[in-house]
Amino acid sequence: MAEPILTVKDLRKRFGDFEAVQGVSFCMVRGEIFSLLGPNGAGKTTAISMLSTLLRPSSGKVVVNGRSLLTDPQAAKQAIGVVPQEIALYDALSARQNLHFWGRMYGMGGGALKERVEEVLTQVDLRDRADDRVGSYSGGMKRRINIAAGLLHKPQLLFMDEPTVGIDPQSRRRILDMVLELRDQGMTVLYTTHYMEEAEELSDRVGIMDHGKLIALGTQKELTRLVGQQETLRLHFGEGQLMNGEAALFEGVDGVLQVTTLADELVLGVTETTAVLPDVVAIANAHNLRIRSVDIAEPNLEAVFLHLTGRALRD
Amino acid sequence: MLKLLTIGWKDLIVTFRDRAALIMMLAAPFVLTLGMGAVTGAFSDGSNNGIDPVPLVLVNEDEGELGGFLLDVMQSEELADLLVVQTAVSTETARQQVDDDAVAAAVLVPTGFSASIFPDRATGQTGATMPIEVYANPGRPIGASVVEAVVTEFVNRVERNQLTMQVTMTQLATNGLVEMDEMEETAVAIGNDLFGNSQDAAANIVIDTHTASGSSDGGFNVLSFFAPSMAIFFLMYTVTIGARSILQEQEQGTLSRLLVSPTSLAQVLGGKVVGTFLTGVAQVTILIVATTLLFQLRWGNGLGVALLIVAVALAATSWGLLVASLSNTPGQVGSAGTAVMLLFGILGGTFFPTAQMGGLLEAAGKITPHAWAMDGFLSLATGGTLADVVTPVLALLLMTALVFGAALLMLRRRWAVA
Repeated sequence: MAEPILTVKDLRKRFGDFEAVQGVSFCMVRGEIFSLLGPNGAGKTTAISMLSTLLRPSSGKVVVNGRSLLTDPQAAKQAIGVVPQEIALYDALSARQNLHFWGRMYGMGGGALKERVEEVLTQVDLRDRADDRVGSYSGGMKRRINIAAGLLHKPQLLFMDEPTVGIDPQSRRRILDMVLELRDQGMTVLYTTHYMEEAEELSDRVGIMDHGKLIALGTQKELTRLVGQQETLRLHFGEGQLMNGEAALFEGVDGVLQVTTLADELVLGVTETTAVLPDVVAIANAHNLRIRSVDIAEPNLEAVFLHLTGRALRD
Repeated sequence: MLKLLTIGWKDLIVTFRDRAALIMMLAAPFVLTLGMGAVTGAFSDGSNNGIDPVPLVLVNEDEGELGGFLLDVMQSEELADLLVVQTAVSTETARQQVDDDAVAAAVLVPTGFSASIFPDRATGQTGATMPIEVYANPGRPIGASVVEAVVTEFVNRVERNQLTMQVTMTQLATNGLVEMDEMEETAVAIGNDLFGNSQDAAANIVIDTHTASGSSDGGFNVLSFFAPSMAIFFLMYTVTIGARSILQEQEQGTLSRLLVSPTSLAQVLGGKVVGTFLTGVAQVTILIVATTLLFQLRWGNGLGVALLIVAVALAATSWGLLVASLSNTPGQVGSAGTAVMLLFGILGGTFFPTAQMGGLLEAAGKITPHAWAMDGFLSLATGGTLADVVTPVLALLLMTALVFGAALLMLRRRWAVA
């Protein structure tokens, strides 16, 4: 078995009466991309904040690269790189000045830092704009420098907390490619996201979080096996058509396993789409519900989440 | 230590790249000092006490020595920066010049003025009192009062010497040491001896500017009050920026990023303090250099000035940190910082010297860095030595220790992290 770089045992975080992270345990091996997938508020950011020493766990054990995070945080910090969800940079400084500053915070300096700054600037493809102030950058460019700052000290374990939030598709694509490149270079990445597609594309293994708990963990194949041959049928209705109780109309249909309402959509977990679809359309017509489009998806992580929680990932 | 300096240097660069901050930190105090200087006429000459030379007209109708002597005094080199003297032949002409606002005052030396001082050769008696008249221009009250002050000083000196001369002459005559026909000649000789030459007399006629501590120096420039007071007033703005940046780091996520690196909270806070302090020192130093070069302002003992800059920047920084520790958002720091800036400005004697008002206001001023720093800067500007700034510097350092300690306690409670 590959060497673990991160071991998390029964990690908990309590804020007063509210327990945001409830006994999360998992292990990461070197060179893998591990995604924590879950809706907003699932506890992903709280978990990553504890793993990166920003929050003190209420209880639990975390070992990074053989060092306990609680008893030897300074050694653990040197092995960890963090790409926070927000753009944690200084707008008044140029990208190059920002990177030099963050490098020095990791104890780097001199020629080695200078060389490394140029390397990461090349890696994020922003060398041409390196002397411009970060404040003048687009959202995507800021995200890339935000990532670069986390890579400077060549961490063995990189935490990336929703690094693609709020950016255009082109920048998002660029960042996803960058994460895959990092894995190819041997870096271990813990990636949190609420975008199922990102987790599916990037991850060697996925942990699904909901309400502070890790409800499933495994490779995509292992997880989709949990839902059997279940397919996802997504019905889009016109705006304002879905009021209350429409989901119940479809729950008794033969072959429909689950129904979830999501804005102007109904998400159905079904055994076989072709067998179920005619009945579903007939019921919709009978109740004057006009279907605008239909999406059919093979078993995927969203189906897994639906199967495990009874809710869609974007609920 | 290296991380502290790196964080501090970063903050210095960030602050000096903020155009709005630069306007408040450097342009505003400079422009206000400039304005105050212009109002008081401090820029016409670097050595004239901040008041434009006062034009006056003198009419000397005295046949004796003293009328000419007064003219010599007023036209002496020592008073050349203070007075511009012209003469007229008649009192009517002189009065007309005042009425026409051509001069600030007319000095009218009447016939028989010397005779009222020196005894008559034949009788040994002095004539009736003949006062010198100062015909003042109500439109130029300051200039007129300067002329009046010069004449009053001259008259006082004449009266003192007249008394001395009378006693001396009486003693000489009583003891038979001088004959009657030698009386006038002797009196004039003694008079000349007593009055001395015009330069000596003029040296006695100066604007005697007293500082709060009571020392005086003839070379005081009113800008020596306004320049440091404006610099310190806006120093509080600078430390507010520094304090605000602590909470901004928290708000924009850079504080979290700093804390997940191998950098402790103490190092981060230390770095922020270093940054605020360096920015404050840079601000005050730039203002001092600028006023020295552009206004020829004399700040006094260089080492004393440097010590005061460091001490007041430290004290102001600690107050800024305390404001940050009591606020929850950068906006709150901005509001509270502005309030503290104004309150300290008033209590600390930035706008007017509260030390002269005494009582509660003066005592309250002592909790501000302003009052102590102004004490020090004014002492140095009026010729004080390094010893004169020891008390202000120590007071500022003590204030720093107390306020800084309180602020750290508050901040540690807030940021209890792993």
